[in-house]
Parts: sequence; structure tokens; C-alpha cells
Amino acid sequence: MRTLYQFHGGIHPPTNKTQSNATPIAGAALPSRLVIPLHQHVGNSARPVVEAGQHVLKGQVIGMAEGHLSSAVHASTSGTIAAIDEQLVAHPSGIPDLCITLIPDGQDEWIARESCEDWTTLSHSELRHKLRAAGVVGLGGAVFPSDMKLYSHKQKIKTLVLNGAECEPYITCDDLLMRERAADILQGAEMMRALLYAEEVLIGIEDNKPEAIAAMRAAVAAGGHQKMDVIAVPTIYPGGGAKQLIRVLTGIEVAAGVRSTNMGVQCFNVGTAYSAWRAIRFGEPLISRIVTITGNVAHPQNFEALIGTPMNELVAQSEQLAGTTNYIMGGPMMGVPMPSKEVGVIKATNCIIASSDAIFPKALTALPCIRCTRCADVCPSELQPQELYWFSKAKNLDKAEDYHLFDCIECGACSYVCPSNIPLVQYYRFAKSEIWARDAGKKAADAARERHEFRESRIEREKREKAEKLAAKEKAAQEAKAVQPAIAPVKPDADPENTLQLKIQTAIDHAKEQAAAIKPKNTEQLTPEQQAQIDDIEARRARIRELAKDATPT
Amino acid sequence: MSGFFSPFITKPVSVSRIMLNVLLALVPGIALYVWFYGPAILISLTLASITALGVEALMLKIQNKPVAFFLKDNTALLTAWLLALSIPPLAPWWLVVVGTAFAISISKHLYGGLGNNPFNPAMIGYAVLIISFPVHMTHWLTPNGLGEIAFSFTDQLNYIFREVLPGDVKLDAVTMATPLDTLKTQLHLNGSISDILDMPIYGHLAGIGSEWVAAGFLLGGLYLLAQRIISWHLPVAYLGTLFFIAALFHLVDPTHYVQPGFHLFSGAAMLGAFFILTDPVTSPTTPRGKIFFAMGAALLTYLIRTFGGFPDGMAFATLLMNICVPLIDAWTQPKVFGKKEKQS
Amino acid sequence: MLGALLVMAAIAIVLGAVLGFAAIKFRVEGNPLVDKIDAVLPQTQCGQCGYPGCKPYATAIAEGAADINKCPPGGEEGIHKLADLLGMEFKPFGGETVPKPKAVAIIDETTCIGCTLCIQACPVDAIVGAAKQMHTIIAAECTGCELCLAPCPVDCISMAPIAESVTNWKWKYPVYALTASK
Repeated sequence: MRTLYQFHGGIHPPTNKTQSNATPIAGAALPSRLVIPLHQHVGNSARPVVEAGQHVLKGQVIGMAEGHLSSAVHASTSGTIAAIDEQLVAHPSGIPDLCITLIPDGQDEWIARESCEDWTTLSHSELRHKLRAAGVVGLGGAVFPSDMKLYSHKQKIKTLVLNGAECEPYITCDDLLMRERAADILQGAEMMRALLYAEEVLIGIEDNKPEAIAAMRAAVAAGGHQKMDVIAVPTIYPGGGAKQLIRVLTGIEVAAGVRSTNMGVQCFNVGTAYSAWRAIRFGEPLISRIVTITGNVAHPQNFEALIGTPMNELVAQSEQLAGTTNYIMGGPMMGVPMPSKEVGVIKATNCIIASSDAIFPKALTALPCIRCTRCADVCPSELQPQELYWFSKAKNLDKAEDYHLFDCIECGACSYVCPSNIPLVQYYRFAKSEIWARDAGKKAADAARERHEFRESRIEREKREKAEKLAAKEKAAQEAKAVQPAIAPVKPDADPENTLQLKIQTAIDHAKEQAAAIKPKNTEQLTPEQQAQIDDIEARRARIRELAKDATPT
Repeated sequence: MSGFFSPFITKPVSVSRIMLNVLLALVPGIALYVWFYGPAILISLTLASITALGVEALMLKIQNKPVAFFLKDNTALLTAWLLALSIPPLAPWWLVVVGTAFAISISKHLYGGLGNNPFNPAMIGYAVLIISFPVHMTHWLTPNGLGEIAFSFTDQLNYIFREVLPGDVKLDAVTMATPLDTLKTQLHLNGSISDILDMPIYGHLAGIGSEWVAAGFLLGGLYLLAQRIISWHLPVAYLGTLFFIAALFHLVDPTHYVQPGFHLFSGAAMLGAFFILTDPVTSPTTPRGKIFFAMGAALLTYLIRTFGGFPDGMAFATLLMNICVPLIDAWTQPKVFGKKEKQS
Repeated sequence: MLGALLVMAAIAIVLGAVLGFAAIKFRVEGNPLVDKIDAVLPQTQCGQCGYPGCKPYATAIAEGAADINKCPPGGEEGIHKLADLLGMEFKPFGGETVPKPKAVAIIDETTCIGCTLCIQACPVDAIVGAAKQMHTIIAAECTGCELCLAPCPVDCISMAPIAESVTNWKWKYPVYALTASK
């Protein structure tokens, strides 16, 4: 029997999981359209590589990973690109973001997939590259590109933790995935272990999921996996938080701002392991995921849904009931309200709760804080939420940072137990984003100051050098004069202002001529390829300009 | 009105329910009070409650805060009860009203109302009364069976509201000094502890009757602990420290320093440990801070009782420690998750 | 009497010497207040305050020559910060100085003639280009000071406000009003 550790605090909210975990995962019907955001992951947005009107196949790359930290986006089914424009996305801000709208053709025709019988024949960098190209990101909610997390110096990481705890109420997608596809998850875990050079794999599952635990244990035995333990952990929220699960399984506490890999642990969601395996073994990019549909619906259950499926079309398959006010993505503790019911499912969508006033009553009016410290008693980060609230409310951001605001994982346990019904987490979110904005502004101001000072000193230097040159010239001239005084005085320079004006005027005329000729500069002798490239760039420029115009009402 | 943010679910706890539980926990002590001293205490409890609610409503109205919303939180009621339980039951009606009104208006609402008062309102009310009306604050009833004459409920009512006594009765005949006060006076007269405790007003541990009332508060306090409404840190540290200091003095000089048990079951020690120090608004929030706070309060209580000018030190000890709360909190911030070894 | 006077005089001399020594020993180069004020200013170097840059404006404030409400890019928040720093009352914007939303300059590259005038005007070197070559603005370095707009002979520079996007979006302060009138 393995020794398990505890973390401070935690709560026991009603789990509400039985509604949706009784039925197997169903395939979702092909939706009428797919709205696929290009920014579904941590890092840079993917760059669109298709055009409106283009026909694409299932699994075809439609957004290319851009820069170091980014991930690719793929067509979830075959069909025609209807638009590449800004649409509402699954983000609490309600601000539109660039999306690709795909109208399915109903054929669901795959692009040629590159399967791989034996991943051990591939180098680690090849594997990581494939994962990046397949758009595999963390499916536990953080959507961090997985290839970035699967990098390790040899022997540095001892333990790979697979997170199947699923502590949030209502959500059962990982539960069902583990019950039905345990073998694939474990294959993915083996691959991740190899990439990390990790010794052991610990799979933490909360003990309220006996079926999943049994299925995973059976799969470990059947697959002959060595040094791989399926561990039942106590059911307590937020026991499924990466930091909390690592603590429970290994006793290691990973502080905020510290990488767990520095302490010898790496953690992945079970769904991520599954997707990574499908990407390598079958060449299937991440175009679908398991989504729990629950709440105010007649048949709560899990669907394998295509990324981009409009949420209302998915919820309709569970028969949405009357009184549904809006949708919540995620669980009741950390989920975010959706700006619209039509937004597309993204890689982070583990659950959609159809909310109604009966399920989630309107928040009660908050009383003042009475410093009862029930929040501090349940805080898994061992913070003093009442102090953070005090400082956040007063917008005393420095103090809030001093009291470790950024160690807060926003689990919501404090708000849950608050007898005064204060939306504590909301205050922390507010304070955090204010601090980020302030720091960004400060950084920009410092950079501007530095550049300005550099410019000033450069101008100063140039002036000095000019003066020195002039002085030297004058001295030389005087010396020459002394030798040959008969020579006529040096012709004064033409008035510099006038010359500049003249030059500018000529330039303007020149530009006008060129504009009349409608011929861009430096484009006389071009190969057809170059011309095509230029046209492409021009088109993109025009599109961005259009977007900028739409986004910024003047 | 707050927005629609996560978490969308909350535990069904409320300030109102917590305070109601605290009021409930006071009931055993009050019942024993009535048993030993007659129903006069019920009159001051009622008077204080009505005054508290009235003044609270008025203060809320003046500040344009929702009246019904705040009245429901039961905090004013708790302040009223704690104050009423701290002053003599035979105190005239205006004394109760003035004390309660001061506690609610000045020490609670002028500091910003619920959650913002640095001092325990009930103790402020008590301090004001004992400084302004020291004589009236000594009218403690003699426990049943000790008094020379029967003092009926109507007589008590008459005294509280009209300050008249039945023809031939003198006030001294129905009231007496508290056991703590008597102890102090007798010690000044060079009595020894063992002689003093032989006096008829003392029972098993402390004063006859009052020791049982204290036991009633202890019972209520245990209920609050079991309900997890208060944390163990404050009462345990307070009673433990008081016991320890008293035991130390008693061991050194048993003729002049009374047994530790006497201290625990006398005066407001038990009520204070479970109901007054534990007021969340005016006590520290960190576990270590709570312990320091309670230890300081216990030390001050003992010093005031033994060497100070007042027979009981609970109220002043609480108020003095209330001043230190922001400092204690700042000094006792616990280490956060993952940062335990790194700092320090 | 005389003794007391002497003692007082001696104390005065000693203390004066200590103060004088401290003034020399711990002398602060420059005016620290100017740097503190400068740190609060947004460093757009736009000159909208009537001074040639943020530092000169900071110096003027420190000397008491300028008001604290002359910096539109800093917004009202900036005035609040200055007021806090200097222990002054908040002073709203007056007259023509009004805060504008943060913006960046954009050069219409097809119209640009490559005259370099804007490059010379830019206080933070955020414009790249050379004579007779197209110029462009490094958006990340642009402070939105608008100093490049006036010199452009072909009016090819425009200001684009920075829109709120998913990346720079901020969580709002929870609405918290506890008054009876509702």
C-alpha cells in the first residue's frame, strides 16, 4: 500500500456525477457547421493556412502553429471553409476572436494519415514534432501545448503523474474515457514516460470512480505495464488540481511559479495521454474530445464531439430542458459562463452545463467579511483569502501580491464556504488581471524611457560630433586662409531647409507619378512565384486592414 | 447584486445561521443563570435585544444601508446578549439601554458596521458602563438560597424599572459582591485563601451558582466547537494559559493566590473564552495569531484580577488584545503551499 | 543660567555638525523626486503637457512649476498616482487636455514616400526606414504619442486605438453596492 499525502483544506461539494456517468460515450451527430477558433491553447494563435471557399479534408491543417509556444488547428471533418473571421468564442470576455467556419460536406473524409506501428523507432524530437503538428494540448483545462511539456533532460524527472482525479462536480468525461479506453491511455502514458525519461507512472483517480479504477487496473495488468500504479485518491475538491494531486501522490509541493519538472514530476491529464497516443499511433490530430453534457438536460451523458461543434447543437442531443439560461463550460467550481450558446466546442471544453436558476441559483447579496476564516480553513494553497479579499477590494495590488495572490489557483473553495456569500475568487481574478496590465504598462513605459534616453544621448552625440567636425574644418580653412588669403571665400551651403523641402516635393511628385502608374516600387523584374507571393501578402494585408477596421470603430 | 461567476454553487452557510447557533449555545448558561438567580436576567436580555435591534435599524437607516438585510444577520442580537450577560441582572433599565446603544452605535457602526469594528462591541459597552456607573455595576444578585429574604420577580421588575425596593428591604440584602470581588476584598483584609473559600458564597470550585453558570457556558462552547463554528485555538489557549499562570502563582504562594480552577469558573472567563474572544471580527485570523491573542488575553485577565483595580479583567483584557490584532495577523502569516522550506 | 546656555549651544553645535556631515556623506545625486515622478509618467514622450518629454515634465512638477493634470496619456489614474505621490489633491483634466484611449500609429505603406521626417520626430525610435524607402512602425515600441502625424507631408500616418482582445482583456471589479435604495 502506497503512502498518500494530504493537502491543506479542501471541500466536499455535492458531486452530481451520477447523472452523466451511467451511459457510455456517444458519438455526436455531425453538426451543421463548425466554428473552430485559431487560438485554443496557451501561446500564440495558429496562423490560418486555408482560404474561404476551399475544400478541406478531415484532419487537414487549417491553422499552422506559429512561433515557439503554439499548436496547430485542424479541420474536424471534411467540408468547405465558409469564412475566416472573428466570431464569439468560448471565452468569458465575450470578445470575438479569429475563427475558421467549416461547413461539413457529410462525407467525413479523412486526409491521408501517417500511422506508426512502433513509436520507439521514432526519435524523441520527431515525436514532439508530431505532437505539435497534431495540435495535442493539455485537455485538463490548461490547454498547454503538450510537446513543450514532454521535454526533459535525462534522469531529471522521476515521476509521471497521470491525472484522472476529476474532482470537479458534474464532470465525468475523464471517468468515461478511463472506463472505455484505458488501454490507449496507458499506451500514451508509456510514450510520455519515455519522452520524459521518467521512472514511474502514477495514475491518480478519485475513489468515487470505482469503475474507472478497476478498468485502468485491469488495463495495466493486461498490457503488462511495469512501474505503473493506479492509485485511488480520496475524493476531495480540488484534489484534481495538478499541484494537489502531485502532493497527494508524491508528497512534493510545487510552489507557484516553480516548474514541477524541477522537482522531478510532470503531470498530464488522462485525456491528453489518450490524444497523444492517437496522434502518434494513428496519425489522428486532435479534432475531437469527450465532452460531458449535463445540467438542465433530459439525458445527461458524454459525447465524443468534434472541435468547433456549436454548443447548442451538442446540448440539443441531450435534450435541453426549458428554463435553460445559459451554458457553463467546465464545472460549477471553476467553469466559465459562455457569451453565447452557439460558440464552438474547443479543446478545453471538458463539460458543458446547461444552467438554470434551479441548478445554479442567482448569487445572494454579499454581506461584509466577518473574518471568520472559513476560507483560510479550506484554501488548498494555504493562503489567507480574507486578507487577499481585503486588499483586492481596496485595489491595494502591491499588498495583495505580498500576501501571495499569485499562489491562488482560483479553485473557488473559499467562495463556496463563505457565509457572507462574497464572490472572493472574482476579486482575485480582478486583482490578478489588474496586476498583469499594470506590469505590462510599467514594462512598456520603462522600455519607452530607455529608448527615449538613448535617442536623446544619440542626438546629443551627433550634435557634438558635427560641431567637432565643423570646428576642425574651420580650423583647416583658417590655416589655408593664412597661407593663401587671396582665394575667394567658401561658397555658403544652400539653405538646408529649402533643399529638404525641395527634395520632399520631388519625392511627392515622384510618388504621385508612381501611384498613377499603379506600379509598386522594386517590382519591375519578378518571377511568377514572387508575384504570387506578393499578391498573397497583399491579400492578407487587405484582410487584416478590414479586420482592424471592424474591430476598431472610429 | 453580484454577477454570474464561478463558483456557481455555495455551501448553505450564512452569517445569520452562524450567529443563531452562537445564540443557541448561550442558552444552557442562561438557563442555569435563571435557575440560580431568578428571571431578572431575562429582563435585561430582552431590554438589550430590543435596544440593539432598534439602534441597529436606526444606524443602518442613517447610512442608507438595507435595514432588513442586515437585521437578519443576528449579530446585533449577539452583542446585546453578551453585554446583558456581563452586567449585573439588577442593573436599572437605562443602564442596559445606554450600554447596548453605545455598543451598537459608537463601537460598531461608527467604525463601518459589521465586519469593520476593531473592538468587541459588547466589551466596549461593558467598559463604558463600569467606568461611568461603577456603583450600579455592583448590583449582583445573591444566588437563590443564600439571600436573607425572598426577592420575587415583581420585586425585581420594580427595581429594574423604577429603582424601588419593597418597603423594608435594603438593596444590600438582595445583592452581593461577586465571588471574585469578595476574594479581592478579603485578601486586602489579610484573609488567607483557605479561610476565604470557606465563606458560604463559595461552592465546589468558585462562587455558588456562578460556577454552574460558567459550566453552562462551557457546555455551549463545546457545542460551538463540535459544530466547527469556532476553532479550538482561542478557548484552549485562553483557558490553558489562565490555568497555567494561576497554577504557577498558587504553587508558589497558596495562601495569597487562589487555585487555577477558581479562575476558570469565575467571572467572565468561560463566557469570554468561548463567546467573546472568539468574535471573528475582532480576533486574529491566523491559527498562530489566535493562540498568541488568547494567551495575551489570559495573561492580562490574570494580572488585572490579581493586581489590578477591577475585580474581573476579561473585558479590558479583550479590548487591549483587540488593539494588537492587526499586528498579530501581520506577524503570524502562515507559509503558503510549496514555500515552507524556502522562506524562513 | 550660563551653564544651561552653554549646554544648549554645545548641543546645537554638535547636532549641526552631525547634520552637516550627513548632508555631505549621504548626498543624493540629482533630485530623487524627479525620478519618482518620472516613474509614474507613462513615458509616451508626447509633449502634450507642454514640455519636451516626460522627464522635463517631471522636473517641472517637482519644482512646482507645472500642474499634475497635464498628462493625457496617463489618464485620470495617472493623476491619482501623482496626487498620491506628492500628497496633493486630485485635480481633474481641464480645458483642452483630455485623455484618449491608448493607440498605435500605422503608416499606410502604399502612400509613404520615404521622407524620414517621421523617423526624426519619433521620440522612441519606433519607426524604421531609410530615405526613399518605405517606413514602418514597430507597433510594440510605439507609445502612441502622435508626434509623427504632423510632420508627414503626405498624411499617410493614422492612429489606431488598441482594441480590447482576448489576450489583454481584464476581469471586471465585482459589482458591490450595499445601499438600501435599490
